Formats: sequence, structure tokens, C-alpha cells
Amino acid sequence: MKLNIAHLYPDLLNLYGDRGNIQCFKKRLEWRGIDVNVTQYLQGDLIDFSGIDIVLLGGGSDREQEIVCKELLKIKDSFKKYVEDGGVVLAVCGGYQLLGNYYMTKTSKIEGLGILDIYTEWKPKRLIRNIVLNSDLFETPVVGFENHGGRTYIGKHKPLGKVFFGLGNTGKGDYEGVVYKNVIATYLHGPLLPKNPQVCDYLLTKALERKYKTDISLKPLDDSKEMAANSYIVDRYSDKKNIFKEFIKRHT
Amino acid sequence: MSFRRKQVIRFAKWVGTTSQKIRGGQGATLPGYIARKLMPSILSSLAKDIRKKTFVVLGTNGKTTINNMLYHALDAERQSVVINKTGSNMMNGVVSSFVLATNKDGSLAADYACIEVDEIAALSILPQLKPDYIVLTNIFRDQLDRFGEVDITFQKLKDAVSKSPDSTLIINGDDVLSYTLALDCNMKFKTYEINEQIFDATSRSEIRESIFCRRCGHKLDYNYFHYGQLGDYSCPNCKISRPEPDFNASNVALTPKGYEFETQGRHLTTNDAPYNIYNVLSVYAALRTADLAIPHFEDVLKNFDYGNNREMVYNINGTKIQIHLSKNPIGFQQKITYVLKDPAPKDVIILINDAYQDGEDVSWLWDVDFQYLANANANSIIATGKRLYDMRLRLKYEDIHCETFLKLRDAICDCIDNRTDNVYLIVNYTGLYSSNALIRRIATEYADRKD
Repeated sequence: MKLNIAHLYPDLLNLYGDRGNIQCFKKRLEWRGIDVNVTQYLQGDLIDFSGIDIVLLGGGSDREQEIVCKELLKIKDSFKKYVEDGGVVLAVCGGYQLLGNYYMTKTSKIEGLGILDIYTEWKPKRLIRNIVLNSDLFETPVVGFENHGGRTYIGKHKPLGKVFFGLGNTGKGDYEGVVYKNVIATYLHGPLLPKNPQVCDYLLTKALERKYKTDISLKPLDDSKEMAANSYIVDRYSDKKNIFKEFIKRHT
Repeated sequence: MSFRRKQVIRFAKWVGTTSQKIRGGQGATLPGYIARKLMPSILSSLAKDIRKKTFVVLGTNGKTTINNMLYHALDAERQSVVINKTGSNMMNGVVSSFVLATNKDGSLAADYACIEVDEIAALSILPQLKPDYIVLTNIFRDQLDRFGEVDITFQKLKDAVSKSPDSTLIINGDDVLSYTLALDCNMKFKTYEINEQIFDATSRSEIRESIFCRRCGHKLDYNYFHYGQLGDYSCPNCKISRPEPDFNASNVALTPKGYEFETQGRHLTTNDAPYNIYNVLSVYAALRTADLAIPHFEDVLKNFDYGNNREMVYNINGTKIQIHLSKNPIGFQQKITYVLKDPAPKDVIILINDAYQDGEDVSWLWDVDFQYLANANANSIIATGKRLYDMRLRLKYEDIHCETFLKLRDAICDCIDNRTDNVYLIVNYTGLYSSNALIRRIATEYADRKD
């Protein structure tokens, strides 16, 4: 078996160690003896979605996002077809915003791909902190770090998870991210996948099932090191004392 | 000088010394806080008393080293200098340095001031200091979650610098971000650059920032690059390209004593860390721009202590332990390069904390190319600090084995007792002072045991 991963515009959308997500996809396939091929698509490259099994769209600054947006609008239709056909996408932060209808930044309105029926508005106070989610899709909580000026309104979409600690899509601390077909869109950096191998394996399974049209059950790996990093954050914010301490620090 | 200022300074100094007596510690910022609360104009008032020139050092990496070197260079020319030595580069720290430098009668008798300033604090500090010269070291990603993005850092620096339009900028011309900033601010500036490729592949890693022209959004072409985004760049669209340097390092050579290079016919030296070529060159450029002949500069360089508490070397029971501070991916990459230069077997301890000053987001660990550590001839690699498990996980995804110790003390003692006699301890910000203190305590304990 083999998966083809498309890393879109890594030179533009490369904030906060998001390339760790690629490393995670790659290693977890290799450790299971599954072949993997990662292609980086740069500005101006032609993207043919027919051979692609996983798309990673990372985050960039607002300025870089505008450049990317111009590129993406050229392939809007084929991207949308890929998603509707069950193509796997992980979109983080800026990538998440770009999948929506638009992103109203401080200075301009960036038109999105309209793949998700959501929109984002910029507000001056950035939402920055560790975050813990509980998701229906996984038994283990999802942990990460959020750092966004945009507030994303997801309408009727299903969120990735309920916020256990943190601020989430709109800063109200209710829900975070979107799950649509085989797309996971989220604000979570960390990077997301290494500390949440359950999310990585979920996406890999979906991609393999789509490609080979059969049920896939991935060979279990020893995830004790992944879980140690995951539980450290979960435990930290399960303790009210720590939440209180952090609140005090933030407000003094 | 007003009577009021005199009183404020006396009181602030008194609070500082008293607090130090009671609480111990450094008390580096309290006098500044008090003085500023009592007299908001205190900084501009004191800054006016500087008899000759004021230098400010801004930028991501190298501020403290450059500022200290400026100070020593001026000191060697028998000038009296105000400096914020302790690396306290926020408003209160800067005000404290001025307050504490005053005489008994509250007056300031100094020829020069050398002040390093934090990127965020710069906006409020620069208009009060009105520096004659601003040395901009470089603009890299740093403590990401505090600043948001490097674009935001760039904007903040630009806003701050443009608040001081009469200053002359001294910039690293190899840094496209610094150069763009200087052009955007429309101010006088001088550039310093390294004209030859001297950094090796591990140090260069890959460019991840600003390979796109900030002015027109086009991808920049590079003839070569040094590290980070530093190098020989040009934009195929708007034609912005690396400027001709005013101060250029040429004939760079690595000798057993460190790096040597030439600029303007002077023969300058630094230690074995190549990024210090930039640091030395920027200091030279700043002082020459200020029309100082600095005949003793070469001697200053020979005796300069790059340690400054940030890179310290200890010897305990025959084990050499050196502490290195790395605050961001580019700094960390440089430290890995440094470790690789030492062929001897070694143990590497990496301490990662996530307090506010460190950056609460540790995702930057994934922007460091740790795979090179596989060739570091390391007997072991140990992770510790608050985010030790994140560090271990990062190395797992490079197939590098990593042990963990919850307590740094245990890791260090284990290295002294059972491992190689060559230990590298790489820490991020908040780990620095505590690690130094801890190792000093351990050194005393081992010495006592011998007696």
C-alpha cells in the first residue's frame, strides 16, 4: 500500500511547526511498512488531485494567506470535488480559514474556497493558549495550542470537539474546529498530530479506505511517548489549581 | 535638574537596595518601576543628560552580546557608559539602569548610553530615549505566541523605529527583513554584511521565513544564504536586492582560536561561533558610524567574554558542563551546529520550559532540524524541563533515542557520576538562571565531598 500526501505551499503556510504534521503522517506510515510519498506544491505549481490521498494546508500570516488564496482560487473547483469525493484534508489555522467563504481581516476581505460553509472575522485580541478538546471521534482528548486573531463561525457544521480548556472557534470556549466528510479543520497547533496520534491514524485510515475501497485496521504502534506528551497537557488542565494559577498570571 | 527628580531618584534607589536586602535576588527592575510611577518623564529627562551619544540595540538574536561589546569597546576608550547590563530590556529595566547609574546628587555623568530594548517595549522606550544610533541585529521568529507572527514583530519594530526618525540605523544587510524595514522607514542607515559563504549545511538548515518579498509578494532569489533568511537575495519582480555593504566581513577564516576576518583594513576576531562575526561587525559598524576611531577595539575583542551568564562552562569532578541558551528555532539550530563541531563523545541535556518568557507554545521544536543530532557522537540525549515529553516526542520522530529526567539535578549528577566527561546543557529562557544556580550548588556539594 502507498499514500500520496500533498503539502500545499509549505513555503507560505509554515507557521508554528506545522510541518511536524507531515513528519507524523510519514513516520506512522513507514513504521507500519506502508509506502508514502510527500509532494510539496509551491506557488505556481499545477495540482492534480486525482493522485492525491491526503492534503495538508497549514497556517500562515495574514499577508501570506492572501498570496495563497490567489493560488487556491485557481484550483477551487477541483479542490471542492476532491473533498466531496471523500478526499482527506487536514487544514490548520490559516488553512482552516481559507476553506470557508471568506476571512475578514483587519484590512481586507480574503475570499475563501467555500468548501465549508463558514466564515471568519478578525478581532484585535488574539486567542493564545493551550487547548484541550473532547471529540466524539476519539476516546483520547485532543490537545494543542491555539493562536489566532480570527473568530470562525461554523454555522451548521459539526465541530471537531467541545472545548474542555481553551477558547476555541469564536473565543467563547464552547466548540473548536470542523469535521466535514474526511476534512478536519482546526486552529490547533502543537503541532496537532504528533501529540494526537489518534487523529493522525484516523486520517490515515480514511485515506487508505478511500484509496483501496476496503476496511482498514491499522497495525497498533507503541504510543506511550505520544501519550505522555498528550496527558501532560490534559492533566495540567484537569487540575483546577493550575487553571487558577494560569488565570492569575495572565491577568497580572 | 529639578528638585523633584532628585527626590524621586533617591527614593527609587533606596527602595531598590532595601528590597534587595530583604528579598535577595537581583532587584533589577524595581527602582525603574518606582521612579516611573512617581515621575513618568524620568527616562527622557535622564536620557537628555547623556553627554555624547546613545546607542540602542534592537532585534531578535544577539542583542545582549552586541550591547555588552559596545559597552566594553567604549569603556576601553575611557568613556563612561550607562548600560542595561542584566539583560533587563523592558521599560522598568531600562529606567532602572539610568536611575542606578546616577550619582549621589541624582545627576548623570555619562558620555554614552548602550541600551538593548525588547521588541514590544521598543515602541514606548524609543521616543523617550531618542537614540542617535539604532543597531538592528536581525528579525527572526522568536517566542512566537508572544508576538503572534514574524510579520507582527516586523511591524512592531517598524513602528518603534519610525518613532525615532532622526536616528541612524545600523542594519544587517544580509537580512532582507531588516533591509526592507530600513527602506520603509525612510531613515539614514548603514549596512554590515558577510560577503562570502561561510556557514555549513547544518547551520543553514532551510529558509523558512521571508523568502517572499515583503514589498511585492514575489519569491526571492538567493545566490547563497547563511542561516535563517540571511544571505544574498534579490527580488526578480521589484528588484530589491542585497545592498552594497558599508561594512563588509571578508577573508573569513576559522583558526583554533576562533574566527578571524577583515573589514576596512582592520583585522577583527571572535570566538568559534560563526554568528558572532555578525555581532562583532555590527558593533564595529555602529562605533565607526558614530565617528569613533576605536584604536583599542582589537584588544577588546581578544578579551571579550561571550559568556555573559548565557553560555557558561563548569568543571565538576572532571566533567565539563557547558550551558547554552537557545530561545528560538534559529538560535537552537546554531547551538546544534556548535555541538556537532565537537567530535568528542558527549551527553546532551535539553531543558524545555513553557513559561510566558519562554513562549508557552512549544511547537517551535518542530521547526528545529534535530536530525543532525544523530551524528553528534552523543552517548545520550536527555530531555528535562516542564515540556520534557514534547522534547522526547520530537526526537522520536527523527528516530533519535531520548531519555527523560524529571529533575535536572538528577540528570546532571548522573552525567557526572556515570557518563562521559563532556556535557552540553541547552536550555530555553527560564531555565537559564535556575540551571546556573543549580550547577553551582552541585559543584559545591562535590567539592565538599572531596574534603
